[in-house]
Amino acid sequence: MMQLVGSFSMGLILSLLALGVLISFRILSFRDLTTDGSITLGGTVAATLLVAGWNPWLATFTAFLAGGLAGTVTGVLATKFQINGLLAGILVMTALYSVNLRVMGKSNLPLIQQKTLMTLAHSVAAPDSKLSLGRWEIPLQDLGVVGMVAIIICGVAATMYAFFRTNLGLAMRATGDNPDMIRALGVEVGWMTTFGLALSNGLVALSGGLLVQYQGYADVQMGIGMVVWGFASVIIGESLVRSRQIGMLLIGAVMGSLLFRLLVAIALKWGLNPNDLKLVTALFVFAALVLPNGLETLRRKMRVAN
Amino acid sequence: MLEIDQIAKTFHANTPNEVRALQGVDLKIENGSFVIVIGTNGSGKSTLLNAVAGSFLVDTGQLRLKGQDITRWPEHRRAKFIGRVFQNPFTGTAPSMTIAENLALAAKRGRTRGLGWAFGSSSKTDLYERVRAMGLGLENRLNNAMGSLSGGQRQSLTLLMAGLIMPDLLLLDEHTAALDPKSADQVIRLTEDVIRRDKLTTMMVTHSMHQAAHLGDRLIMMVRGKVLHDFQGAEKKRLSPQDLLDRFEDVRRSEQLDETVAAMLQRQYV
Repeated sequence: MMQLVGSFSMGLILSLLALGVLISFRILSFRDLTTDGSITLGGTVAATLLVAGWNPWLATFTAFLAGGLAGTVTGVLATKFQINGLLAGILVMTALYSVNLRVMGKSNLPLIQQKTLMTLAHSVAAPDSKLSLGRWEIPLQDLGVVGMVAIIICGVAATMYAFFRTNLGLAMRATGDNPDMIRALGVEVGWMTTFGLALSNGLVALSGGLLVQYQGYADVQMGIGMVVWGFASVIIGESLVRSRQIGMLLIGAVMGSLLFRLLVAIALKWGLNPNDLKLVTALFVFAALVLPNGLETLRRKMRVAN
Repeated sequence: MLEIDQIAKTFHANTPNEVRALQGVDLKIENGSFVIVIGTNGSGKSTLLNAVAGSFLVDTGQLRLKGQDITRWPEHRRAKFIGRVFQNPFTGTAPSMTIAENLALAAKRGRTRGLGWAFGSSSKTDLYERVRAMGLGLENRLNNAMGSLSGGQRQSLTLLMAGLIMPDLLLLDEHTAALDPKSADQVIRLTEDVIRRDKLTTMMVTHSMHQAAHLGDRLIMMVRGKVLHDFQGAEKKRLSPQDLLDRFEDVRRSEQLDETVAAMLQRQYV
């Protein structure tokens, strides 16, 4: 049960990663690979500032801004310098590896004694107090963490929903949907794309900032392969939600992240070798991509056969 | 209103694919004028519209809109003054967004977009009324995705969107070419209404001799990147589709001769 609560927290934290990927991949139609770098950047910036004694909220917010900066660089490379979008993301991601080492000064940074958002969450309950649900006992402190993360995620998701209903947000959605049209309506596509990438990577970095506080350390390699988690969550979410409405897409991304983490936790509990995790991830994503259409085709064939 | 001053544009210069799309076009279009542009394939009529809209920058020459030099302005900057309907019904609208959202986007053409609500209550009723006035029944489908509409419906909406904020210049690039005859008729009728209601200065490229003869108060015929004929006023009114076809025949015949011979014949006999 504790593992379930843990997976839930992780799923929520990584749903920010999914939201970031949603913005770049689905809304802007931009294949952005900066993600691996920006989630680490968020983590390293937050950890370094927390060790320096910063207020946890400020440190976490600064992580968000750092991600925004990384996204801006990718955007400028892609739009002003006309570098292929995929390549631009890879360039920034590669550069960020060294940047992250510089930020921390070493390759990993533990957060044992620091005041973090997690310690704040833990402070809502005594260390050993538990909640009894039938035969399960959940430490209240863990629930505090879930609660805090859930509040943050809801806040971010609500802000995103509101943003995409403003004139600026609407224009950003149109930029990914039909850049020719929005250019003829007076929007500078390059600037809008860069702004969207800044927002996207900001969210990803925010996810990283929360992640390091949750797991208690920052590591320069923590971002490797994270972009795949993000994609997987978005795609699983889309299969669940089956709608192109912006509100549903946001909910889908969060749900996808939660479900994905849950499936991984269950697989590990059933004895999956952690080394095989990446393979299983790929299979999950494959299934999420293929199953909806596959089932529809199967249904149609059965109708015809009858 | 619009002054086109000796503009020229060559694509892929100095390569085997070189295309001299515009070779010195001079045109002055007055306020409220409805200009039809026709021409053979490759004559530069769509290129002319794209040059005015800013899809590319011209090599030489000047473009002035309301006295302002817009020659070096990028497309999105010109969008403030120009409304466009494209030939491809898919270019003018955002397919995964709803009709209402597309209209909200058009309602901010050329204006700064900030964090204000895209769907204020006042704009909602206004948009509903304008869609209803088109008479296509689309006012009940405002929350449907654009992608579910037919080509004719999309072009009608693109036209509405182009005129939502009154443009100084309306550019129509063969906007009924990809539609079936019935939809094309509907869109043309809508076009006439929109232009007449707001007295819009318009440039319309068309392949249809029928449209060319019956619409507009001025007709430009382009051949090989230059303006060949320019009919205005009563002369334009007298044109019939057959007259236009005859002109095209003349061009075809003259192109079969050497260029200099054709020019000599024109000077002597026309």
